[in-house]
Amino acid sequence: MNVDDKLIDRLSNLSKLEFGTEEKERIKSDLVKMLDFVAALQEVDTDGVEPLIYVNPEVNVYRADEVTESLDQKEALKNAPDHDSFYFKVPKVVSGGE
Amino acid sequence: MTTYRSLQEIRKDLTAGSITLTQLVESYLSNIDASSDLNIFLEVFGEEALERAKEIEAKWQAGTAGRLAGAVIAIKDNICYAGHRVGASSKILEGFESLFTSTALQRLIDEDAIVIGRVNCDEFAMGGSNENSAYGNVKNPLDPEFVPGGSSGGSAAAVAADCCLISLGSDTGGSIRQPASFCGIVGAKPTYGRISRHGLIAFASSFDQIGPFAHSAEDAGLAMEIMSGQDHMDTTSSSVDVTPLSEAKLPKKLKIGFVKECLDSEAINSEVRDRHSALIEQLKSEGHEVEAVSLKELDYLVPTYYVLTTAEASSNLSRYDGIHYGHRSPEATDIESTYRKSRTEGFGPEVKRRIMLGTFVLNAGYYDAYYAKAQKVRRVIKEKTDAFFEKYDLLLSPTTPHTAFKFGAKSDDPIQMYLEDIFTVHANLSGNPAVSVPLFKHSNGLPFGTQIMAPVFKEAEMMQVAHNLMNTVALKG
Repeated sequence: MNVDDKLIDRLSNLSKLEFGTEEKERIKSDLVKMLDFVAALQEVDTDGVEPLIYVNPEVNVYRADEVTESLDQKEALKNAPDHDSFYFKVPKVVSGGE
Repeated sequence: MTTYRSLQEIRKDLTAGSITLTQLVESYLSNIDASSDLNIFLEVFGEEALERAKEIEAKWQAGTAGRLAGAVIAIKDNICYAGHRVGASSKILEGFESLFTSTALQRLIDEDAIVIGRVNCDEFAMGGSNENSAYGNVKNPLDPEFVPGGSSGGSAAAVAADCCLISLGSDTGGSIRQPASFCGIVGAKPTYGRISRHGLIAFASSFDQIGPFAHSAEDAGLAMEIMSGQDHMDTTSSSVDVTPLSEAKLPKKLKIGFVKECLDSEAINSEVRDRHSALIEQLKSEGHEVEAVSLKELDYLVPTYYVLTTAEASSNLSRYDGIHYGHRSPEATDIESTYRKSRTEGFGPEVKRRIMLGTFVLNAGYYDAYYAKAQKVRRVIKEKTDAFFEKYDLLLSPTTPHTAFKFGAKSDDPIQMYLEDIFTVHANLSGNPAVSVPLFKHSNGLPFGTQIMAPVFKEAEMMQVAHNLMNTVALKG
């Protein structure tokens, strides 16, 4: 597996993370180590084995679809980094245009 | 104050009137104060705990107190408690206040447990030494030069340093059992789905479980029993009935399998191996049937675990976007930079490393070779484990290959740190319950535990065995 700048840039873009030049080298070498480590999995014979997705055998456990009080507006806004009385506030989303 | 080792002792003294709940809470508060250099507590709920003590005292007098009256508990910083801060020891959640209480904790509070504070852990429960917290390392109360283990290092240290009777941690790959082993106490992880994850900050959702730490197997078992059972807020919580501890059914002669590869592992310390070999002989001499079982997949457990948990983590942690809650970078100028800069500033290095690996294994082109492959290996391991438990009542192994290590000893190479989990990840991959039992003391002065893994939903029996073992072998030599 070739871990180059291009791959790191792609993954950091998908992860919404940024790495400085030095950090990038570090993450690159860590990723190489981690991928080497997990590469061993290829040695396990899994022919005809279905992936295990749900650990608990019970499936489709639903609760009744009832309307209940959950969070009121004040509570919902309580932990927001920026808000007014009614809304979450975010930096400008749309730019340009006349 | 007497140093209490079990809830039963406390309740006896409460009945005798030789201590009041207020005095009990005060003495824990003074222990917390005296051990502040260990950096265990992120926040102490002192006044509130004293008020609760008064309320419960009145109930005690009236004979209406719950099953946990007398239990003072601490909670890991990833368990929500309404009106209190919670942050997974991460800068990204600095100042965040819970809007609701986790189901597991609520059930303990309903039985009159008193919550004394929230404790430090590895950031987002990722780590094996408590060196990844944004709020600094937790030190091992038995020797502050050594790590307490992780990720629930603060929870283990809080019990070991007598800052509370019981604490809650979470276990994704050993995060309760490994620190329990390093701190010389009991730490248990239930069957996947036994305890609701509602209100537990998610790391890897198909692995995470809340569980207790305590000095005694009885207390850990009681707390686990009370937290257990279906919860409509967690669709993965199981509807299987909870067996009370008192109804544990154990055969007189147990069939025990010990994992040959664990004792043969190159990583294991010779004294840890020898003491376990002696334990096996002792169990045989008591009439139990003990046999070696082979788990030749041992070396694949940790890689499988890392592929799957990092994938789940990369997805779970995408919610931290700087919009609705959590850290928002002051440098954010538009939506993209809000995401990027907030996350980059908010997450620590280990969390970023795991998000990157998780993103990689889920990426188109690598998905089948890594993620789907690991899911298949997980099924192989689960089926093999199920087959073990058709033959055996228990699986025995050391909890950890060695005793606690010094700060910095494993921080340079992530793989060395990941291999800390070599004996513990098995139970998380297969979903079985497992407990670390503090049986041994190494000649280096530090404790180490034995791990008992049980068939799914056999927590009561597992804790009964832990209790029996502690009575017969505890800390000999």
